[in-house]
Amino acid sequence: MNGAGPIVDVKQLTVDFATGGGASVRAVAGVDLTLKPGETLALLGESGSGKSVTLRALMRLHPKSARFGGSVNVDGRDILAMPAGDLARYRGKIVSMIFQDPGLALDPVYRVGDQIAEAVMRHEGISRAEARKRALGLFERVRIPSPDRRLDNYPHEMSGGMRQRAMIALALACRPKVLLADEPTTALDATVQIQVLLLLRELQRELGLAVIFVTHDIGVAVEVADRIAVMYGGRIVETGPCADVIRNAAHPYTLGLLASRTGHGAAKGSRLVTIPGSPPDLTNLPPGCSFSPRCPRAIEACRQIVPPLVVTGPGHAAACIRVDAASVALSA
Amino acid sequence: MSAIADSPPVVVLAQAGKGYWASVWSRLIKDKVAMTALAVILVIVLAAIFAPYIAPADPFKGSMLRRLKPIGFPGYPLGGDELGRDMLTRLIYGGRLSIFMGVLPVLCAFVVGSSIGIFAGYVGGWINTLLMRIIDVFFAFPSVLLAIALSGALGAGILNSIVSLTIVFVPQIARVAEAVTTQIRTRDYVEAARVSGAGAFTIVRMHVLGNVLGPIFVFSTSLISVSMILAAGLSFLGLGVKPPEAEWGLMLNTLRTAIYSQPLVAALPGLMIFMVSISFNLFSDGLRSAMEVKQ
Amino acid sequence: MTGVIGLPAHVPELGEDRGGPATPLLAVSGLIKHFGKRGGFLSKAGAVVRAVDGVSFDVAKGETLGIVGESGCGKSTVARLIMQIIKPDAGELLFDGEAVGSAELDIRSFRKQVQMIFQDSYASLNPRLTVEDTVAFGPRVHGASRAQSITLAHDLLHRVGLEPGRFAGRYPHEISGGQRQRVNIARGLALNPRLLILDEAVSALDKSVEAQVLNLLLDLKAEFGLTYIFISHDLNVVRFMSDRVMVMYLGKVAEVGPADAVFSKPGHPYTEALLASMPSMDPDNRTQEAPITGDPPNPINPPPGCRFHTRCKYAADVCKVDEPLLYGVGDMHLAACHIANPASGHPLATQAKVAA
Repeated sequence: MNGAGPIVDVKQLTVDFATGGGASVRAVAGVDLTLKPGETLALLGESGSGKSVTLRALMRLHPKSARFGGSVNVDGRDILAMPAGDLARYRGKIVSMIFQDPGLALDPVYRVGDQIAEAVMRHEGISRAEARKRALGLFERVRIPSPDRRLDNYPHEMSGGMRQRAMIALALACRPKVLLADEPTTALDATVQIQVLLLLRELQRELGLAVIFVTHDIGVAVEVADRIAVMYGGRIVETGPCADVIRNAAHPYTLGLLASRTGHGAAKGSRLVTIPGSPPDLTNLPPGCSFSPRCPRAIEACRQIVPPLVVTGPGHAAACIRVDAASVALSA
Repeated sequence: MSAIADSPPVVVLAQAGKGYWASVWSRLIKDKVAMTALAVILVIVLAAIFAPYIAPADPFKGSMLRRLKPIGFPGYPLGGDELGRDMLTRLIYGGRLSIFMGVLPVLCAFVVGSSIGIFAGYVGGWINTLLMRIIDVFFAFPSVLLAIALSGALGAGILNSIVSLTIVFVPQIARVAEAVTTQIRTRDYVEAARVSGAGAFTIVRMHVLGNVLGPIFVFSTSLISVSMILAAGLSFLGLGVKPPEAEWGLMLNTLRTAIYSQPLVAALPGLMIFMVSISFNLFSDGLRSAMEVKQ
Repeated sequence: MTGVIGLPAHVPELGEDRGGPATPLLAVSGLIKHFGKRGGFLSKAGAVVRAVDGVSFDVAKGETLGIVGESGCGKSTVARLIMQIIKPDAGELLFDGEAVGSAELDIRSFRKQVQMIFQDSYASLNPRLTVEDTVAFGPRVHGASRAQSITLAHDLLHRVGLEPGRFAGRYPHEISGGQRQRVNIARGLALNPRLLILDEAVSALDKSVEAQVLNLLLDLKAEFGLTYIFISHDLNVVRFMSDRVMVMYLGKVAEVGPADAVFSKPGHPYTEALLASMPSMDPDNRTQEAPITGDPPNPINPPPGCRFHTRCKYAADVCKVDEPLLYGVGDMHLAACHIANPASGHPLATQAKVAA
């Protein structure tokens, strides 16, 4: 840690959901992460890895049945202990969020411009005219063509990419310090996705935002992230600087993900290298390392203990007791 | 054969292999409210069936000396009615007709209504539109008014009440059946079946019925309480069951003059109607949530 | 043709090669489908969505034709038109030289030879049927006995990597997404088809599972001598799977050609932009500029002339007026771009010719 302290500091976060009949599912099983101001972290993982649940814990956007453990500090405040009134002021002002589906953030029966102005007025108590001016500025900032006219649109009158931009404008309305992005480009077409990714990168740089970007797509993570944290079975299995994780992956799961990608390396007609088996079932996680049933390097010890993060380079760590074997195999 | 080698399925789910209805039942049995409601229904239905064996007195034998006696009167645990008959006995016997009048019209309407609805929903197009517009005409009338008007036209009597109540419920069930079927018809698995070359009849039997009958059934259960109340209402107006039959709605009517002298006794038939209908409602609520398959 | 055991024997010729290897397995010509959009209370009455607007292509025996494009380009509509799930407004389908729906090849026999795998593995399985009943359904419909069809189903489940002993009696919600898609593939194979249409068949799967299913598809293709139409928005996957690729834009074919040629030397500016839009995968060399701006236009009112001219960086006056045909840009490689036609009057057309 150098310079400013972290703006987001999550320690040993656990999230359990009740599933009825007294049973519960542990969706997040002890996650540590820190984020400095102006840094972008990509949380990379498959369905059920706990990446979205972790992200939502930073906003406490969970059903009442969820039980949290550990601590979540954002901008010096403990989110898990925050009273409801403070939480409402905190959401949007300190931390705000964008989603895969803009329908979650944009109300279909109000004009988009009014929604943004409303959010600014609520948090900052400024006049409607001024709030409207702010909304216009935001629309220009997110590059919506003819922004003045578009402010009076309803969400359904906009195209998919434009709705996504409008949602970003709404999320930035109160000048938050942290932006949480939950697969914001997954539903978009390729040509639109790259535009939104570039926009997010530009906004992050200009506004000095700290961004946590949840995605299942390595390519997307590489385009936006300074650091990558790979999640599997509710835990972070590898974390490190983006380039380092991509080029010197240490965890067998990360290695498998990189190897099974089509295109680039894979020659047509050849078979793909695959990770066998299916993603883990959270109600029935294997003991020890949850990746061990699918892992080509698993040994008996992997099924006994949950591996701790082992440092493999500057700022780079992997939760695998066979890290040495992995790097040997990689260089071989 | 290497495709198999590199894909050992590792997911083993706890409820693997259990049939759909078995899993619905296992969820339902955990629902305390629904199970209590089911128990209430069962007790009242069993009491009604075995009325001759458990009822303490003759439901039709009255006594001028024991008219309108309060609850707890010796020999009459729940009091006596306006003709001096035992209220407990008459309430037990009354369940026979009342529940019959609640269930049978809904059952008939379920058969007719879901046939119309599934047909309309699956065929689609102008036939669907035509059938649903005709159904809409029935919706223009409040169901109470429609039941009274039909019963009035057909004449008083148990059979005519059942017919008129059936007609009241057919459009409601058909509407729900049509909506569910239209939704299922566009599912990928129905298209996949069509792509396999299956005919309409096979598709409806294999892929549509199983998925639509559940929701329609749940909706229909919730109508049983409505049917009981409407049937009681018809009897109350003299359009349904005739005296001296024991039926809760009719009993409510004949006891209404005693509302000032014996209010508790006069309210008992109403209480029974209330209990049974709310039990049916709570049970159908529980059934609906138990039938929701989670992904 | 590797036979699958247990199929009913009363249709001996169906499923066999008729036209010889040179005849395309499927020839599509002039396919058009416009969806009428109901005029609402305030909207323009009679707006028409030109979902598929004059599409022609061939699929050779034993090849994989990839179809790529963004949402609204009509690729899924093309699949549904081929499957006869929806009726085309115009166009002709020839299957192994015979017109679909004609006396020689009625819809029912055609459907037996062409199957489709859908994107949503959950929605495409009946939640009330067990895995084995789902796979056995097709053969049952075509007259196989229950015992025969169940034996066949078990054989196919084994073949797609699901042990029948463990999976045959399960319901769709009891298995994972990748396993459900394997069930869908087994069902698609149950009628011993010759052509399999895969409509975004791996798009909803996790990346680690996607690779397994792609391998399975490659194995099955070799084993059963199948022909694939592989529809996806994921260029990497299409490139890996396909022999030839067809790029669609707003209901029309923008480019078609051998996969390597299309990906390494794209003949249409749209293909070029699509390729450049893929995330770079190189942390030191990230994408700096979006190749094209804006969203794909609405297929209700496609632009006149070349439909791509509103987003094309090479657009000239001719592009706003004339609609380009498909011009040759290489061996078996066609692109619907005026630049590829020296006679079009596009300023870059002559340069291209000189360069070539």
